Amino acid sequence: MNITFSSFREISEAIKTKKVSAVEVTKHFLDRIQLLDTKLNSFITLNENAIQQAQNIDDQIKAGDVLGPLAGIPFGIKDMLCTKNLRTTAGSKILENFIPPYDSTVVKKLKNSGAVILGKLNQDEFAMGSSNETSFFGPVKNPWNPEYVPGGSSGGSAAAQAARLVAGTIGTDTGGSIRQPASFCGVVGVKPTYGRVSRYGIIAYASSLDQAGPMTSNVEDAALALEMICGHDPMDGTSSQKVIPRWSADLKADVKGLRIGILEEALKSGLDSDVEKTVQNSIEAFKKMGAEIIPISLSLIEYSIPVYYLIAASEASSNLARYDGVRFGFRAEMQETATSLDDFYSITRGQGFGSESKRRIMIGTFCLSSGYHEEYYVKACKVRRLIKNQYDEAYKKCDIILSPVAATPAFKLGDRISNPLAMYLNDLYTTSANLAGLPSISIPFGLSKNRLPIGIQLTAQAFEEQKLLNAGFALEKASIIGKEKPYVI
Amino acid sequence: MSDIKVDFKAVQHIAKLSRLAINEQQAQEYTNQLNQILGLFDKISNLSTEGIEPLVTPTEIEIFWREDIAENNYSSEEMVANAPSQQGSLFKVPPVV
Amino acid sequence: MSYRGYDAVIGIETHVQLRTKSKIFSSDATNFDASDNENTSPITLGMPGTLPVLNKKVIEYSVLTGLALNCSIRKKSVFARKNYFYPDLPKGYQISQYDQPICENGALTFMVNGQERRVSITRAHMEEDAGKSTHHGDYTLINLNRAGIPLLEIVSGPEITSATEAAEYGKAIRQVVRYLDVCDGNLEEGSLRCDVNISVKKEGVDKLGTKVEIKNINSFRFIEKAIEYEIDRQIDLLESGQKVIQETRLYDPDKNRTFSMRKKEDAQDYRYFPDPDILPVVISEDFIKKLKAEIPEMPLARAQRFISAHGLPEYDAFVLTTERELADYYEATAKICGNYKSSSNWVMTDVMRELNLNNSIISKAPVSPEALGQLIQMIDNEKISGKIAKSVFSEMWKSGKSPEAIVNEKKMVQISDASTIEKIVDDVLALNPSQVHDYKGGKEKLIGFFVGAVMKTSKGQANPDLVNKILLEKLKK
Repeated sequence: MNITFSSFREISEAIKTKKVSAVEVTKHFLDRIQLLDTKLNSFITLNENAIQQAQNIDDQIKAGDVLGPLAGIPFGIKDMLCTKNLRTTAGSKILENFIPPYDSTVVKKLKNSGAVILGKLNQDEFAMGSSNETSFFGPVKNPWNPEYVPGGSSGGSAAAQAARLVAGTIGTDTGGSIRQPASFCGVVGVKPTYGRVSRYGIIAYASSLDQAGPMTSNVEDAALALEMICGHDPMDGTSSQKVIPRWSADLKADVKGLRIGILEEALKSGLDSDVEKTVQNSIEAFKKMGAEIIPISLSLIEYSIPVYYLIAASEASSNLARYDGVRFGFRAEMQETATSLDDFYSITRGQGFGSESKRRIMIGTFCLSSGYHEEYYVKACKVRRLIKNQYDEAYKKCDIILSPVAATPAFKLGDRISNPLAMYLNDLYTTSANLAGLPSISIPFGLSKNRLPIGIQLTAQAFEEQKLLNAGFALEKASIIGKEKPYVI
Repeated sequence: MSDIKVDFKAVQHIAKLSRLAINEQQAQEYTNQLNQILGLFDKISNLSTEGIEPLVTPTEIEIFWREDIAENNYSSEEMVANAPSQQGSLFKVPPVV
Repeated sequence: MSYRGYDAVIGIETHVQLRTKSKIFSSDATNFDASDNENTSPITLGMPGTLPVLNKKVIEYSVLTGLALNCSIRKKSVFARKNYFYPDLPKGYQISQYDQPICENGALTFMVNGQERRVSITRAHMEEDAGKSTHHGDYTLINLNRAGIPLLEIVSGPEITSATEAAEYGKAIRQVVRYLDVCDGNLEEGSLRCDVNISVKKEGVDKLGTKVEIKNINSFRFIEKAIEYEIDRQIDLLESGQKVIQETRLYDPDKNRTFSMRKKEDAQDYRYFPDPDILPVVISEDFIKKLKAEIPEMPLARAQRFISAHGLPEYDAFVLTTERELADYYEATAKICGNYKSSSNWVMTDVMRELNLNNSIISKAPVSPEALGQLIQMIDNEKISGKIAKSVFSEMWKSGKSPEAIVNEKKMVQISDASTIEKIVDDVLALNPSQVHDYKGGKEKLIGFFVGAVMKTSKGQANPDLVNKILLEKLKK
C-alpha cells in the first residue's frame, strides 16, 4: 500500500487488519519529515514519544481492543494547541520553553480516537500573520514552490499536509488562518461553527473568533477528523452542547437543487485572473452537478477587515497580558533586584514578543483605552452584528455562499511582510465567517499559471457542517488538484 | 473619528500601558503603521449603528455553569515547574512595593 | 453628625468571599489553610489556552445576597475583564463585572445607637480574588491559592455620615452574609474586607469634597478609628488652607494613622470589555423565585418579631439576633418550654457565659436547646427550684446529659408533696422546742432558722414556698 497518499480510513483499516503496523506508519511519516522538512521548516518540535504511542495502538490491536476511527493515524498539531509534556510555543520566543502539564481538549480527543501525535507545527507568532513569516522559528516554505509563502497563520500545518509529511493536521482559524494556507498549499481546511470545537488548551489569540479545525488531503478525512474533535466540553463555557452528527458517514457528493450563492462583491473586486478563472470554473462545476446558482450580495464585506482587526487586536491585547515572565515562559535577563516592576514586565515582553504581536497588542490596547473604547471597540462589535445580520438575510436565499479564499494565490516570501496593512487586506474573504461564527471550508480547486494551488471557499449557516462538507465533497470531485503534486514531495 | 491619530508620544504611552519596551526607532515605525491601520479602522465610523446591540459571541450557545465541586489534579511542584524563578512552591519576582 | 463644622461623606465597598467549595472559574479548592500553591491549576495560573467556567453556586450566593439586600437582580449580567499588570494577578486581567452587575439598587436597614438607619446599596457584583504577595526586601514571592476565590463586591451609596455608622454598616453586612451562610465573615482571614471612601465638606454645602480611599481594614473597630483619623486629617488640611489629594491610603492600627499608598494621578486605564470567554449570565424568574424561598428571616426583622410577638425587651432581641445560630438556639429553647423571657435569660446569661468561658461558639454548645427547654420547663412545673436548676445546668454543660437524668441521678427532684413536707416540719419543730417557744413569744425572725433547718433535712429538695406556708401555719397554732 502507498502509505503516503492513503486516506485515514485506508490507513486505519490496514492497521486494524494488521496489513501494516501503526509503528510502521508512524516511522514512514517520521522518515518523510527527516527527509523533506529541512526544505520546508514546517515542524517546530517533534514528539519523541510518537513511536511509543504507535506501539500502544499496535498492542491494543493485538489485545483485541476496539479502537477509534483514527487508530494509528499520524497527526501534526499546530503549535497553538497545548500538548501535555510536549513543548508548545505558539511560534513565539516568549513560550520557547513552555511545557504544558495538560492537553488541549482537541488533542485529548484526537488521542482518544487513536491518533498518534508526530509533533508540533510551525505557525505565525500567536497566529498573527497571513504568511507564516512572523514565527520566531523562521518562515515555512510553500511545498509547491519554496520561494513562496505557505500562507498563515497555520502555514506549517498546510505545508506539512501538502508535502504529506503527516497523514493529517490540525490548524486554528481566527480570521482565515486555516482556509488561506489551505488554499495556498492545495489542501482541504475546515473552520467549524464557533462553539463546535472546545477552545480549552488552545492558546488564545482572539477568543470570540478562534476555532480549531482539520487540514487534510481530502474532504472525507476532514469530515472524520472534525467529527472526532468536536463536541461539548465542560472546560469551555462557550462550547456548544449540540449533538455532533455523523458527518463522515453521511457524506454525500449530491448537490442537486442545492442553492449556491455567489458572492457578487468578490467578482467585482478585481481578483487575480487565475483566481477569477478558478472561481468561474467552480461555479460551472456546481452548475453541471445540478446545483442552483444564485448571485448574493454582502455589501458589508468590505468592513469585515477593519472590524476583524479591531476586535481581534482588542481581545489579543488582553489575552497576551498573561505572558509576563512570572509563572511560565520567557523572562528577560536583568538585575532582578535593581529593576522596577514595570520595567521587569516591559523588558520581558519587549524582548519576548515579535514585532507583529507587539503591533497588535498596541493596536488593541489603544482601541480599548479610555476615550477610544466606544468609537473603536464598541463600534466594531456593533458592525459585527450588522455583518452577521446580513449573512442571515443571505441565507434566506441560498444554502452555501461561494467565494475565493484569497484574492491571489500564494505570494513570494518577503513580498508583504514589511507592509502590515497590505498583509491585513489579504484576509478580505475569510474574516467575515469568523465574525459571524459560520462554518467555512477551503477546497483546493485550481492551479495558477505559476503552478500554485488556488482554493474555493464555501461558507454555510451556523451548525450546518453537513451541508458544507457535502458541497465541498462534490466540488472536490471536479477539482484538478490531486492529479497535480507539489514540488516537494 | 478620522481626526483621531496617534503621535509619537501617544505611541509611547500605549507601549507603556501594554508593558512593551520599545526603542525610539521602533516607536517611530509603530507610529506610522498605527496611523495607517487606524485610517483603515476609521472606515467603519460612517456606518450607522443606531439601536444595534454590540455582538460578542457570534453563535447561539446554551449556557453552561459548573457545579461547585473541588478537585486537586495538579501538584504545586508541577505548577511552578515552568516558572523562570521560584522559591519552594512560590513564584519569585523582583520586589513589589 | 458634625465634625468641627464639617460633614463626612462615606461610602463602603465590601469584598465578601463567598464560601464555595471550589473557585469561581475552576475546580481548585478554596480552603484557607492550604500549603503554598496547593490550590492551583493551569486555570488559576492563567496558563496558555486555559478558560474560565463559571461556578453555579457563585451565582446562587450572589443572587441570594442581592435579594436579602433588597436589590433588583439583573436578568442578564455580564462579566468583563479589568486589565492591569500585577504579579498576584495571573492573567493580566481580573474577571469582574463592570457596567452590567448582577445586583443593583438595594438598601440595608440597620441600627445605630438604637435608631434605625437605611443606607442604599448601589450595586453588588461578582469577581475573582487575586493571589497573595509576600515581600522579602529585594524580592517578592507569589502564592496563588487565593487567586480565583469568588468575591461579591457590595458597594454602598455615599450616604454614611459618621465613623460609628460606618462600623455598624459593616457589621450589618457581615450579619446578613452570615445569616445567609454565603460567607464566614472572618475579617482576620480576609473573608470580608472593607474599602472605605471618605470626603468631608463644610456643613450645609452641597458640593462634595475630594475623596480618599482607605483599603483593606481588617476589623470594625479599626474602620471606626481609621475613619475618625481620616476625617480629622482632612479637616486639618482644609482648615490650614491645604487641599485633600485624591489617593489610596492604608490604615496602620499600631500607630492609629493612615498613610498614602498611591496617588490617583498614576491611575490605571483598566480597559474594561466584556469577557468573550464567558457568556452573559442569564437568570430566569424561576431561579430567583427558588432562591427567594431560601432566604431566612433577616436579623432586624427577627429582632422586631422577638420584641412584638415574644414580648422580649429590645436589648434581649438585638443580642439574641446578632448571630443566626444564637437566635435559632433561643427560638428552639422557647419552642420547647413556651417561656420566652426565661429562655432569653438562660441563653443570654448562662449559655453565653459558658461559651465565653470556654471560648466556644453556639453551634458547639454541649447543651442542646431542647435540653435547656426541658430544664426551664422543670422549673416552671416546680419540679426543681431555680437554684437547683443552676447546678443542674452546669452539670448538663459538663456531661451533656439531659436535665431529667441529672435530677433523677442526684435525686434533686423538688418535694412539693404537702404531707411529706409537713412530716419534716413536725420533726424540726419537735427537735427545737426552745426556738418554737421564743418564736411564739415574738421573735418572728426565727422563721429563717426553721426554713433553713427544713431545707437542710430535705437536702434542699423541699419546695421553699410550701415549706414557708406550712411552717407559718404550724407555728400559729
